[in-house]
Amino acid sequence: MNNPNAWLQLALYAGALLLITKPLGLYLVRVLDPRGRTGLERVVRPIERATYRLCGIDPEREQSWIGYTSAMLMFSLVGLVFTYLILRFQDRLPLNPQHLPALNPHLAFDTAASFTTNTNWQFYGGEATMSYFSQMVALTLHNWTSAAVGIGIAAALVRGIARQTAKTIGNFWCDLVRVSYYLLAPVCLVFALFLVSQGMIENFKPYTVAKTLEPYTIQVPKTDDKGQAVAGADGKPVMLDQKIDTQTIVQGPMASQVAIKMLGTNGGGYVNANAAHPFENPTPLSNFLQMLSIFAIPSALTYYLGRMVGNQRHGWAVWSAMFLMFLAGVLVAWKFEAAGNPIHQGLGVAAADGNMEGKEVRFGIFNSALFATITTDASCGAVNSMHDSFTPIGGLVPLFNIETGEVIFGGVGAGLYGMLIFVVLAVFIAGLMVGRTPEYLGKKIEAYDVKLVMLVLIVLAATILGFTAWASVSAWGAAAVANSGPHGFAEILYAFSSAVGNNGSAFAGLSGNEAHWDTTMGLAMLIGRFLMIVPILALAGNLASKKLVPPSAGTFQTEGLTFVALLVGTVLLVGALTFLPALAIGPIVEHYLMRAGTLF
Amino acid sequence: MSAKTISLFDRDILRQAIADSFTKLNPRLQLKNPVMFVTLVGSLLTFEQLFSSREPFHYVLQVAFWLLFTVVFANFAEAVAEGRGKAQARALRSTRKQLVARRRTRSGGFEPVDASQLRKGDVVSVVAGEVIPGDGDVIEGAASVDESAITGESAPVIREAGGDRCAVTGGTTVLSDSLVIRITADPGEGFLDHMISLVEGATRQKTPNEIALTILLSALTVIFLLVIIALKPFGIYAGVPFSITTLIALLVCLIPTTIGGLLSAIGIAGMDRLLQRNVLAMSGRAVEAAGDIDVLLLDKTGTITLGNRQATEFIAAPGVKAELLADAAQLASLADETPEGRSIVVLAKEKFNIRARELSPPHAFVPFTAQTRMSGIDLGERMIRKGAAANVRAWVEGRGGSWPPEVSEAVDQVARGGGTPLVVADDGLVLGVVHLKDVVKGGIKERFAQLRAMGIKTVMITGDNPLTAAAIAAEAGVDDFLAQATPEMKLARIREEQASGHLVAMTGDGTNDAPALAQADVGVAMNTGTQAAKEAGNMVDLDSNPTKLLEIVEIGKQMLITRGALTTFSIANDVAKYFAIIPAMLVGVFPAIAPLNIMHLASPLSAILSAVIFNALVIIALIPLALKGVAYRPVGAAAMLQRNLLLYGVGGVLIPFVGIKLIDVLINLAHLV
Repeated sequence: MNNPNAWLQLALYAGALLLITKPLGLYLVRVLDPRGRTGLERVVRPIERATYRLCGIDPEREQSWIGYTSAMLMFSLVGLVFTYLILRFQDRLPLNPQHLPALNPHLAFDTAASFTTNTNWQFYGGEATMSYFSQMVALTLHNWTSAAVGIGIAAALVRGIARQTAKTIGNFWCDLVRVSYYLLAPVCLVFALFLVSQGMIENFKPYTVAKTLEPYTIQVPKTDDKGQAVAGADGKPVMLDQKIDTQTIVQGPMASQVAIKMLGTNGGGYVNANAAHPFENPTPLSNFLQMLSIFAIPSALTYYLGRMVGNQRHGWAVWSAMFLMFLAGVLVAWKFEAAGNPIHQGLGVAAADGNMEGKEVRFGIFNSALFATITTDASCGAVNSMHDSFTPIGGLVPLFNIETGEVIFGGVGAGLYGMLIFVVLAVFIAGLMVGRTPEYLGKKIEAYDVKLVMLVLIVLAATILGFTAWASVSAWGAAAVANSGPHGFAEILYAFSSAVGNNGSAFAGLSGNEAHWDTTMGLAMLIGRFLMIVPILALAGNLASKKLVPPSAGTFQTEGLTFVALLVGTVLLVGALTFLPALAIGPIVEHYLMRAGTLF
Repeated sequence: MSAKTISLFDRDILRQAIADSFTKLNPRLQLKNPVMFVTLVGSLLTFEQLFSSREPFHYVLQVAFWLLFTVVFANFAEAVAEGRGKAQARALRSTRKQLVARRRTRSGGFEPVDASQLRKGDVVSVVAGEVIPGDGDVIEGAASVDESAITGESAPVIREAGGDRCAVTGGTTVLSDSLVIRITADPGEGFLDHMISLVEGATRQKTPNEIALTILLSALTVIFLLVIIALKPFGIYAGVPFSITTLIALLVCLIPTTIGGLLSAIGIAGMDRLLQRNVLAMSGRAVEAAGDIDVLLLDKTGTITLGNRQATEFIAAPGVKAELLADAAQLASLADETPEGRSIVVLAKEKFNIRARELSPPHAFVPFTAQTRMSGIDLGERMIRKGAAANVRAWVEGRGGSWPPEVSEAVDQVARGGGTPLVVADDGLVLGVVHLKDVVKGGIKERFAQLRAMGIKTVMITGDNPLTAAAIAAEAGVDDFLAQATPEMKLARIREEQASGHLVAMTGDGTNDAPALAQADVGVAMNTGTQAAKEAGNMVDLDSNPTKLLEIVEIGKQMLITRGALTTFSIANDVAKYFAIIPAMLVGVFPAIAPLNIMHLASPLSAILSAVIFNALVIIALIPLALKGVAYRPVGAAAMLQRNLLLYGVGGVLIPFVGIKLIDVLINLAHLV
């Protein structure tokens, strides 16, 4: 960790994040207000109006929480079915120069669920599975809308907190349209152009077949006419030499997808290698800005919160809590990755600067650790290194980040509304200690609110632990695991944590795309998204209807160092208490076994 | 009430509590508290493991017993909290003998009936030495009544027909004279019955915050149940056969048994602490609301000021010696038994050493009347008068005297400062002005400053004119005042504050206070007040001391803080328990994990047992804190949160490390595992 360059980059990253938070937050205030002036009206307003007219939306008419929720669920369901159908019939749809076949039902379900929920877990390699049409229409659609839905829900919750004795929390359709048109579209347009300038591809060409510089030979089993392996006299498959002297180079509309993949914390890679691929992450600058774009909106939303509730210090307190946990994660992951694997070091085969297994040489230890922390703090899931190959504790950081509930900046919108759940919880537990019944920004936190908050936490814990438990003792679960022992367990735990947390990154050892995995993971993603959102919108509706208690010297303060410490403590404690036993059986045991000389 | 003499840990109460902690093991009672119910079930399952587990018999037995003790200890906490109330209820019941009442018949005569036969509307007669048979209003007569059975106060009080002192309580004794009373409560519904059931805790219902907290604790229990259930398959995958005993031990250590076990005791103790101060809360809800109060409506008289205006200054007219003025004023006040009159005599003695004297006849005292608005004395031909400026002026000028303009000035000055000017004249000569002043209670200003730091606004209610009110308000340091207040204005003010989100507390005694008492979030009725007032409020102050309101708020806050502190402590404790139990569970199969045992607990079995024992004992250790409440200081929310978070949050993480280690050392010394 004594790499001044890395410290400088960390400082740069933190500085840039801090710098964009306020302006972007102020912009969000305008975007999320149906009458807000963003400065883009001249171009966008006619399209916005046309959309409202076409869809019969009255943007001024606000919805109750039930109205908002129903609209959101209906919209998501239609999107889910739409994507499922495109994937199922991809072979008959245009823009498929590679003539890729249709997806099987369970993979199509898993993928549709994955993109609808802003998870972008991929049980497939994009370049070998998805046509350009599927990528651009079925998947990218959700990259946009799932992000816009998330931001809208965060805004609805914030409105609920800010308003008093109100019946409505905003208009879902209006939020969806305005976030897409005024925020995501313009930013992504500029960002995509920038990525192209860095060398990212954006075309509709078929894949390029190129001669490799160094031909090499591999052994493959001999097959008969039907594609079955041919067995020799000894019963073993007959192996043939195959000379490899060509390679297929991926092409397609990549930059347009990557921009929204990062900004909308989607994370689904255009190619399998995701942001480790030279096309999908061409330069150090593209790497830096991709990382910044992941945190951009979640960070700005904390400013939006502060502005809307009229207490900017509260917004910054929430930001600080997120930032501290982010910083701690980076430092731990970096420390353990830089320390490397003692066994490799003992054998004299270790890289000089730490554990380079599964890392892109262009990015090295620090930028891999930083990217891994950011992508799992936010429920992005894009990766520029393979988390599976991290040291046990280095890999525990991304895993634990996800298990905190994706609240360390978190997904766009999802991070803020997830964090506000913890804020309400922290206020409820500690609020009593100032000698009043708990209140959050003047709203009394009562039995119904606690019920909703705890429902969210129970659902998260039950889904992650339940599916992991099932998979770890079932044949289908064990079959997919590449590594034995605690590492294999960590792969399963990571998969379901990632699904429920709507993250989408993976411990790569897991080979899914099998009916059980596709189905359970698809369900886990849907539960992790919608069973969380519904109680949160109910909370928004309930808070909106409450009276506001005017603040006084006796009011619990949701700002300042004490509150930041309390919030961090609550998030870590809830996460740790729920997942420590599972983490102990996975990465923690693995860590000690590694130190004792055993690898998995 | 003999309450004050019963100690919290009285031997009789403890003996009764120990017995109760076992009878309360009844699963149907435990169901009301999900956390303890899970613990009880866990204990029973562990006992069942005795015969099937491969672990040492004595280890499983000890775990099972300590789990059971965890429930017993929680029961004990509740039983102790209830104990004092029950003892008081017994004492109250003993005053309730078989009484024979004399009920008025239709013909106007009186017939003896059993007190339990009395119904609302019946009219009874009670004479000196008799016990009043039921709650009611005096409709004829006046008498001194001993109400010590209820208030603990031995000085008798006057009860008389009409006005705000007409209410009598069943079970109190008439000491002199006789009363005719209209009964206002059916048997079993009287104040004393109500009081008995309140102090006994029989009608105790969970308060809104308790319900919310119970939901939190139950949900945490569900989460930990999930964690433990998932551990079994995890163990199968990892090749670690977790035993049922260990899993149950871990479960009980993780679920919030500490706060789960003490929660109801904290609530009962809160009401009990009020009772110690002779305040009867009609529900736990009222105590909780008291903590939330941020506006206090305080009656000026008796709360902020000593209750009566007092002479503080003699301002002599030009050419008159102050001593002469004092002498005349004293003469005019010698027979004046009002507090104002007495204070003039006192001041004259203090300032000029003028003693009370025997007057030689002929002399006649002139009492105050509404017409003259003056009082005084006639010493033969000499007439001395004191009274309101306008009346004295008319009297003096009527006798040919002149009115010096300097006196008018002095009168105005006194009035502007919030005082009452009293002009003294000797025949035609105006001697000067006596400054009567409301005396603000000592220390009250500091008290209000503390309240302000806690975020509580004080509003003084007074019948005085705005000028006087403003002056007193400034002197006492209240935030706001309501001058020339009528009961309607009081009610309107409460509604107004509530509409802008405030929670309001007030005291009252008169029947016309009843609507405001009912509207306020905390309405404290004075015991001397009318039945209507007592029914409208949600607390009754048996001492009838309006200053109590400040203590009530503090007790409410203290109860909420105790609840929050123990919840935080309970959850924070889990960290250390994980560090004790997780390595113990895994070290058998993965010896490499030994360094995770940072407490260096001797063996896996002793580690788990230590955590379980700590978890049980911490309940016992915290009972005094739960019952007495955490130390409370009137400071702002920020400082209070910081202090309590450090103490109970950070402390809650650290203390169990020490505690578990200590227990581990002890049980290894004793070779218990």
